[in-house]
Amino acid sequence: MTVLKVVVGVLVGGLAFALIMQARSKDHDDFSNVRSDELVELLKSLDAANQRLGRQIAELTETRDELLDSNKRSDAATQAARERADALAILAGTVGATGPGVTIEVADPDRGVDAGALLDAIEELRNSGAEAIVINGSARVVGHTYVVDGDDGIRVDGRTVKSPYVIEAIGDASTLAEGARIPGGLVDTLQKRGATVTITESKKITITALADANSPEYARADSP
Amino acid sequence: MIPVIGLIVGVGLGLWFQPEVPESLRPYLPIAIIAALDAVVGALRALGERRFDDRVFVISFVSNVLIAAFMVFLGDQLGVGSQLSTGVVVVLGIRIFANAAAIRRRIFRA
Repeated sequence: MTVLKVVVGVLVGGLAFALIMQARSKDHDDFSNVRSDELVELLKSLDAANQRLGRQIAELTETRDELLDSNKRSDAATQAARERADALAILAGTVGATGPGVTIEVADPDRGVDAGALLDAIEELRNSGAEAIVINGSARVVGHTYVVDGDDGIRVDGRTVKSPYVIEAIGDASTLAEGARIPGGLVDTLQKRGATVTITESKKITITALADANSPEYARADSP
Repeated sequence: MIPVIGLIVGVGLGLWFQPEVPESLRPYLPIAIIAALDAVVGALRALGERRFDDRVFVISFVSNVLIAAFMVFLGDQLGVGSQLSTGVVVVLGIRIFANAAAIRRRIFRA
């Protein structure tokens, strides 16, 4: 009887021991007591998950590439638009401009130069490729600029300019100078009216005067 | 008294030595433990009903463990190891619950 009691104790102790052993071994060895067919199932499901994730990676990579591409394209579009805006702003005279060009000084003590002559001079400079023109450093000449005779000088866009007129034009300096000196051209015409004309070519002319930006009242952009 | 001492000694040894499960026992040990638990719960029930017998406990314990291990072995040989061990666990679990319910009824009368 006592032997059996001891055997009972040993069996219970063995159970406790085995329980502890099994519980501890599960902590660090995940697959050691998994059956082979379970392992196969596990492997299959992992394979499927792997394929699914691979497809997902491909899709996401594609999406990312598309986004990068469109980003690049919109960057280029923004860049082009900015350049265009700069060009138009110079044309419209709403920003300052700097570059090579000529300075033409017209001393007119007898007041022989009238608005028409000044306008002719401006047109000739434009024909020679002047991109930005300013008179006496204050009157920026743009597309809608008007030139009329005033009581005490010539009115350019509402600003009165007086002799000596200093016309600064940005463009190819030598072309502008040549164009002005051409026989029958700007210099000839002005000199005939008794003015003295001095032309100076410079590497850098800075125009800070701005034209009044007035938005068109009737014309509307016709977008294609 | 002796079983309690055995329990404490077994837990102590397990915690002290932190042994690894031997490779050859790995598939069988979990099922064998469940089977042994079934025997122990049955013994507790018998204890409560004052008809516990050392000899019956020892035989049922050993035979439970051996039969459970053998069934797992057989299942592995037949290629239905996981299904059969699931079945064994379910059956032993039902028995453990039934015995536990009997003990509970006896103690709490509910």
